[in-house]
Amino acid sequence: MKKTYKIDVDCANCANKMEDAAKNTAGVKDATVNFMALKMIVEFEEGADAKAVMKDVLKNCKKVEDDCEIFL
Amino acid sequence: MTKKQKKVLVRIIIAAVLVIALQFISVKGYVRFGLYMIPYLVIGYDILKKAGKGILNRQIFDENFLMAVATIGAIALGDYKEGTAVMLFYQIGELFQSYAVGKSRRNISDLMDIRPDYANVEKDGELEQVDPDEIEIGTVIVVQPGEKVPIDGVVVEGTSSLNTSALTGESVPREVSVDDEIISGCINMTGLLKIRTTKEFGESTVSKILELVENASSRKSRSENFISKFAKIYTPAVCYGALALAILPPIVRMAFMGLAPEWGDWVYRALTFLVISCPCALVISIPLSFFAGIGGASREGVLVKGSSFLETLSQTKIVVFDKTGTMTKGVFEVNGIHHSPYKDEELLEYAALAESYSTHPISKSLQRAYGKPIDKNRVSDVEEIGGHGLTAKVDGKVVAAGNAKLMKKLGIEYHDCSHVGTIVHVAIDGKYAGHILISDVIKEHAAEAIAALKKSGIEKTVMLTGDAKNVADHVAAQLGIDEVCSELLPGDKVEKVEELLTKKSEKDKLAFVGDGINDAPVLSRADIGIAMGALGSDAAIEAADIVLMDDDPLKISKAIRISRKCIRIVYENIYFAIGIKVICLVLGALGIANMWFAIFADVGVMILAVLNAIRTLFVKKL
Repeated sequence: MKKTYKIDVDCANCANKMEDAAKNTAGVKDATVNFMALKMIVEFEEGADAKAVMKDVLKNCKKVEDDCEIFL
Repeated sequence: MTKKQKKVLVRIIIAAVLVIALQFISVKGYVRFGLYMIPYLVIGYDILKKAGKGILNRQIFDENFLMAVATIGAIALGDYKEGTAVMLFYQIGELFQSYAVGKSRRNISDLMDIRPDYANVEKDGELEQVDPDEIEIGTVIVVQPGEKVPIDGVVVEGTSSLNTSALTGESVPREVSVDDEIISGCINMTGLLKIRTTKEFGESTVSKILELVENASSRKSRSENFISKFAKIYTPAVCYGALALAILPPIVRMAFMGLAPEWGDWVYRALTFLVISCPCALVISIPLSFFAGIGGASREGVLVKGSSFLETLSQTKIVVFDKTGTMTKGVFEVNGIHHSPYKDEELLEYAALAESYSTHPISKSLQRAYGKPIDKNRVSDVEEIGGHGLTAKVDGKVVAAGNAKLMKKLGIEYHDCSHVGTIVHVAIDGKYAGHILISDVIKEHAAEAIAALKKSGIEKTVMLTGDAKNVADHVAAQLGIDEVCSELLPGDKVEKVEELLTKKSEKDKLAFVGDGINDAPVLSRADIGIAMGALGSDAAIEAADIVLMDDDPLKISKAIRISRKCIRIVYENIYFAIGIKVICLVLGALGIANMWFAIFADVGVMILAVLNAIRTLFVKKL
């Protein structure tokens, strides 16, 4: 299952960091952050609860880049 | 500017004024330190705060942390002015970057401003604005002059001209009237149109295109992946380099050379390193170039599904075409009438009337060429002879129209045609009355397009077609195509492309251009699939990597030139930014470049790289 989320982040490098953080979250199969379109496309692992996973993704992203937001 | 950006701008101005003012005040010691702390904190408090949080989250190689270390280090060494200035310029750079990115983001979304906000539905004689998402298939919607067509459909009432430039880049308006299909995203220019929708909003052309463009830069190119990998290695490497620079040379000087360690000097050089350690210029300019390139291309009616495809397209050396619908119009037209004792119009009239009951494409083209309404009362006793043609009575005369076999069967002597195409022989009352040549028409710009491809460095052009050899060879010769493979079944086309793929070198890429009708497998098999005239063809939009919105073959070379420009700028930025950084690092290590130099170089490179990246947006004159 793939879902797209709007995000807000200021710098391109931070976007790359968010991408890594999202990828390394449990329940996420793959993630792409599109800095120019300010979007995060998350592919969830089968059976994962998107909402719960996204909460973790946000938490992990905040860890690497404090000044970021994912609009869930 | 956003609120956030304005706030930073105000802080930059205050800090800059304070720093300049401090140049005229001569104080020493703690007072001087205290005075410099004011602009430093004004400009840098958020960076320091973020750096603190970064440490708590163990993000040591975060650029905020690096900036904090570099500036605090400089201040600790007594270089208050430099410490403050580095922070100031860093913020100026960041502000410029976020402004430029925001600006191009808006620019590109303006370009693709085709999203309709509402659809008009007539209710009790009055128009009501409804969310297009809620319109069901088969609803009649009203589009007034100046409005966007929100959903694909068929015109049921009214005539108008449509501006399709937002979709195709084509400036000539398209005329529509009753029963014409109409695609969403066009702007209705002159008359009121009533349209019966044939698709849901989500399935309509406009939604498909928006989805495609918005998700485009998610498929990252090799250069983008390279840069994000590079950034991951670069920052830590420079930081460890800085650490080594601060510690090793003084120790070596002390232990082995018997010189004074000069700790302050080496620490200063190390701090200069840290200033250059931010990979911003690279990380921002590469995706920005691709984003702008894709945006610029879409304004020209070339939709690119991802930056990786832009990269592949730029390396294309072989272009393989489908014939029908790509190089030719795919509609059969009457191209000549020969050997007829009758007037051309007269013969055409007989043929068109005789064929008036048939729906065969050939009959259709005869009727189209005749161009006048057909009075079917003049036609009787129609007899179709499968694979031959037909006979019918027109105005009491027996008209036979069909191929050579029909003429032989009827025992009528006929003339062969020297031209290539489908020949309709006509006999009236048992006497040969000449033949009509019907052939597919080569697109206006086809030959020009092939020449343009050659000029832009395409080494080989190949045409694949299911058509007869003589027709294919004739078209290829007219267009100047290098290689032709004719009489292919759809499956053969895939094989042929695979053969070409194995023959070429790994570096050169092969592009296949088709109209999306039955060539989806080939589109996906080629290194890069280009579908043309794809407006409204979902299968083609799905299967292709690049979609040409109108069916002008000249757009192929244009797309290639756009991709080349984009990739060239990407490489320029990569070499330029990495080059300047390496030079700065070397000069910094040698003690030639000071912190001023480092921050100017860093911010300067970033600004130049961003400006260069924005150049990719301008593709009109390519």
